[in-house]
Amino acid sequence: MENIVKNKPELTQNKNLWIKKLSHFYKNKFALTAAVIILFLYILVIFAPFFAPYSANKNFKDKFFHPPTEIHFWDENGLQTPFIYETEVQEGWAEYNINREKKHSLQFFHQGEEYQIFGLFKSDIHLFGIEDNIPIFILGSDNYGRDLFTRILYGGRVSLFIGFFAIFITTFIGLIAGGISGYYGGIIDSIMMRAAEVIMSIPSFYLLLALAAVLPLNISSTFRFFLIVSILAFQGWAGMARVIRGMVLSVKNEDYISAAKAIGAEDKRIIIKHILPATATYVIIRATVAIPGYIIMESGLSFIGLGIQEPSASWGNMLSSAQNITKMSDFPWLLLPGFFIFITVLSYNILGDGLRDAFDPKS
Amino acid sequence: MVGFYGIFTNCIWKINKMRDYIIRRILIVIPLLLAISILSFFIMQLSPGSYLDQMRMNPDISEDLIKEMEADFGLNKNIFLQYFSWLGQILQGNLGESFTYRIPVSQIIISRLFNTLILSLAAMLISWGVSIPIGIYSATHRYSWLDNIFSVFSFVGLSIPNFFFALLLLFAIVRFNLPLPINGMTSIMYNYLSPAEKVIDILKHLLVPALVLGTAGTATLMRQMRGQMLDVINMDYIRTARAKGLTERNVIYKHAFRNAINPMITIFGFQLSSLFSGAALTEIVTGWPGLGKMMLTAVRSKDLYLAMAGLMMGSLMLIIGNLAADILLALNDPRIKYN
Repeated sequence: MENIVKNKPELTQNKNLWIKKLSHFYKNKFALTAAVIILFLYILVIFAPFFAPYSANKNFKDKFFHPPTEIHFWDENGLQTPFIYETEVQEGWAEYNINREKKHSLQFFHQGEEYQIFGLFKSDIHLFGIEDNIPIFILGSDNYGRDLFTRILYGGRVSLFIGFFAIFITTFIGLIAGGISGYYGGIIDSIMMRAAEVIMSIPSFYLLLALAAVLPLNISSTFRFFLIVSILAFQGWAGMARVIRGMVLSVKNEDYISAAKAIGAEDKRIIIKHILPATATYVIIRATVAIPGYIIMESGLSFIGLGIQEPSASWGNMLSSAQNITKMSDFPWLLLPGFFIFITVLSYNILGDGLRDAFDPKS
Repeated sequence: MVGFYGIFTNCIWKINKMRDYIIRRILIVIPLLLAISILSFFIMQLSPGSYLDQMRMNPDISEDLIKEMEADFGLNKNIFLQYFSWLGQILQGNLGESFTYRIPVSQIIISRLFNTLILSLAAMLISWGVSIPIGIYSATHRYSWLDNIFSVFSFVGLSIPNFFFALLLLFAIVRFNLPLPINGMTSIMYNYLSPAEKVIDILKHLLVPALVLGTAGTATLMRQMRGQMLDVINMDYIRTARAKGLTERNVIYKHAFRNAINPMITIFGFQLSSLFSGAALTEIVTGWPGLGKMMLTAVRSKDLYLAMAGLMMGSLMLIIGNLAADILLALNDPRIKYN
């Protein structure tokens, strides 16, 4: 009301609304923390080669199932720069002795293996490392003697980005299908919605299982990644399309749509320029809320061996080695990737909730 | 008693009125199932290699037997003929034979379906039983410290992947030597137990998977219940009830609760889908011999008819559940009319 009285141009009015909503979001400390955690995780995995001491498949053959290396600050001479003790394999299976004689100090910005970040720039500086190729496993090592922390960072690339790509494709298909279906109605609408119904009537995980089993085994891991993304999108577009269709139906009889039609705008232009933007807020919220679902589905698929395959890492397939009860109880650090899934999903859920609170016109 | 009788006759009356709607909904299920079967069949056919390929690699199996099986299962015909012969068999009540187990699919699937239903039912009991009282409490004691703790728990329950939660529980059992089984549905001694002990044995095995599935459901339901209650509590008729001098207890349970529970019935329908999908992974981790675990074995070994039956059965359950939810909602809410 106030705005109309003051006769402000619409653009500033919109801007004010967004600022108001954003400030509402900033006040939500929970959601803000969640957003920061998510950002931190993404930075961690994008610059994985820098933060991780090794490359993803570097293995120390005699150090399998090594417990997390303790980092010490104190020795007999008092406070020191951080250091570790070297460990030696004991007689028996995966048991290690700490050798108090051999001390190695932790080096920051250590020169290690050379790496490239997304083929853009090369470096050989790692955040930390130990000289002479002495292994440091801050979160332990797995059955091949690979550093779990390193693999969690590299595996996080898959787990964190799969949700991103999947929701992108889902939203894209959902927008087109829902937009066309809602705008034209009639037979196109019936066909599309029946198709959506068919997909939504199959329990989602059963459908994913059947689809993932189709993937051939001898394909590159990047290709596999995108095939899994398409499987997730194939399963997910239906729900999105239905909701967008509903919104389009309610928007399409608004005056400004009739105005656009009267001017003689093409259907394509009306759908893309006038109708779909009206659904934008909703789509953003819905996308944020849907990402954790995709992360869970991918990790579930990889966990049972139908998703990302060894030697590539993903949080799901790293957990599958913990499926063995004796291994899990003897080497509990194998469960750590699960906590990363949990933290990520939790943060996304809290963020989605905060966004919904801030932007949902109903609240 | 009179009240219950009234509700009952009201239901009958409404069902009569809704008969056309229900019949139409059931008729829609038929083409839906047909479409699902076509989609599933072609997805299964997309997979590289067949079960026979794996058998060919096994030197113990003679070429003749493989040829015989090929003819038996119609695997040498083209895809469309295969689909129609499968459909024909299905319509006669024959679900085909499992390649792996060499017994009729129907024998396997019925027990597996039953097990999944037990698990889902147990999970639902847990989730509804826990979430409704908590939801009411949280709504009536909004922003109290207990409400905040429940909110945190619901976020945690919502965010923890089923299979990881199951792994954690199994880990706890092994670590702390709890007297609980960690795999399967029955113990080795099962056949020698008395009937009462058999039930206890199954319940023990059920505990972990049901708890895992139930927690996931509790998280969502709790939030929904809290939200619904809050919506209702701010209504005028609640103020009226309070103004009349009703006790707080009566206001909450007789007026607010009954109105808040209505929309929860739709959630029951939505819940089924996630319940079935969640059950699959939980079954796989805890070794519960349900439909989901069977599906994994079936798709892995390319056991075509078994996987098809699993997909169809899962979808059928989902459709029935959604239909039931819609009908329940209509029965419960006088504002909804179906023509």
